[in-house]
Amino acid sequence: MPPIVNPELGLIFWQVVIFGIVLLLLRTFAWKPILSSLKERESSIEGALRMADQAKLEMQELKAGNEKLLAEARMERDRILKEATAVSNQLIEQAKTKATEEGARMIEQAREAIQNEKNAALAEVKGTAAKLSIDIAERILRRELADQPAQQQLVDSYLQEVKLN
Amino acid sequence: MKRLLIALFCILSLPVFAQEHGSANAEGAKTEEFRPGDMILHHIGDSHEWHWFSTDNDHFTTYLPIIAFRPGKGLSVFSSRNLAEGKVYDGLKLEHEHLEAEDGSKVYDFSITKNVASLMLSAAILLLVFTAVARGYAKRGTGAPRGIQSFFEPLIVFIRDEVAKKSIGPKYERYMPYLLTVFFFIWFNNLLGLLPGAANLTGNIAVTLTMAIITLLVTLFSSNKNYWHHIFATPGVPKALLPIMIPVEVIGIFVKPFSLMVRLFANITAGHIVILSFISLIFIFKSVAVSPVSIAFGLFINMLELLVAILQAYIFTLLTAMYIGGAVEEHHDADYQMGGGDGADNAHAAH
Repeated sequence: MPPIVNPELGLIFWQVVIFGIVLLLLRTFAWKPILSSLKERESSIEGALRMADQAKLEMQELKAGNEKLLAEARMERDRILKEATAVSNQLIEQAKTKATEEGARMIEQAREAIQNEKNAALAEVKGTAAKLSIDIAERILRRELADQPAQQQLVDSYLQEVKLN
Repeated sequence: MKRLLIALFCILSLPVFAQEHGSANAEGAKTEEFRPGDMILHHIGDSHEWHWFSTDNDHFTTYLPIIAFRPGKGLSVFSSRNLAEGKVYDGLKLEHEHLEAEDGSKVYDFSITKNVASLMLSAAILLLVFTAVARGYAKRGTGAPRGIQSFFEPLIVFIRDEVAKKSIGPKYERYMPYLLTVFFFIWFNNLLGLLPGAANLTGNIAVTLTMAIITLLVTLFSSNKNYWHHIFATPGVPKALLPIMIPVEVIGIFVKPFSLMVRLFANITAGHIVILSFISLIFIFKSVAVSPVSIAFGLFINMLELLVAILQAYIFTLLTAMYIGGAVEEHHDADYQMGGGDGADNAHAAH
């Protein structure tokens, strides 16, 4: 065999020894720390990305919650305003009704008072008329004895006077 | 995508091979004083000293330690300076870079050769670089990567996500250290091999053989019932065909790592041979006028080799992951997604 394709025992021996040592040393002092660091870094990057995604999601949720809260507040405000308007309208309405009622009542009272006064006045008139009638009758009774036609004339004039009152 | 890349590279590697044989043989026969074939084989082969460069008078060489074991005589350690230029020392001599005993007895050569020295250097670089990367993670924790850490992180993540997770499946984590070490070991050594004066480590069959065997062992030790069921009772195959199928499947177990071994060795060695061949042209034609051509083509091949360096590291890692994936897989229905047949196909293409 030509020497170029004839493996030499010595070189095989040294290759086994030195390659073995290099393999063991590199495995312990290089590959293991390097590979574990790479893995650690990859997992930390992955974790960071996942956390960022989560934060984004949370942010969105928060934003949605805020909007909902805002909408609710707005609705509440509208409701309160509406209620307040209704209440004020009602109050005004009530006041109006009350005022009308009061007015009506007062008019009624006034009317009653007037009626009472009128009745009282009429009663007085009637009393006066009766008294007058009695007076007249008295006078007639007194006069009758004296003059019949003059008596008649007097009764008539008295009656006329009463009607005029 | 993966298959496309593999196929592309198999096609790419074919013309490279043709060129290598043509140039090495023809040039070797043509010239007397300068033998490019010998020069190239010397450069891509291993040696017991680290020869940097030579001037007219001097050689600039680092002599590396020789470690020889002889049954009966025991271990002997000395500098390769003592064996330089055919000298004999302690009953040992170098015959074409092969350590031999003078009396012809058996010698086991455990020398720190140029390749072993380069291997140690690359091991040191790998340890320095990746402990620095790991320190970055220790310092910054889960923060953004910086400096050397940010250069290697995409590659590590690529091997994890595109190679290991996709080829092995949920059990990928156990095999990550091996896959990452294989990828960066091959890539770094491919790049180191491209430097001037450097060793051709990943283009050495002993190195690729060892790595392929480690992959085979990892595959076999992680194999489950499913894997063996597929080999000895392939689903959907009539019983009568099993005597043919079982040997084919058993050969397949060994063809896969064999293809790994040959692919890496051949691609890296071929690249070096092509570059050296272009440089040899200057000496073959004995003319400086050829040098622009040599430099242009050499530069082009060198750029290609930079791509090949990472591509081959990727392919070796990917196929290793696929073989492991085939062995640990649980479900029958996912089979067609795995590259079960890739190893065999590529082995044929690479030959």
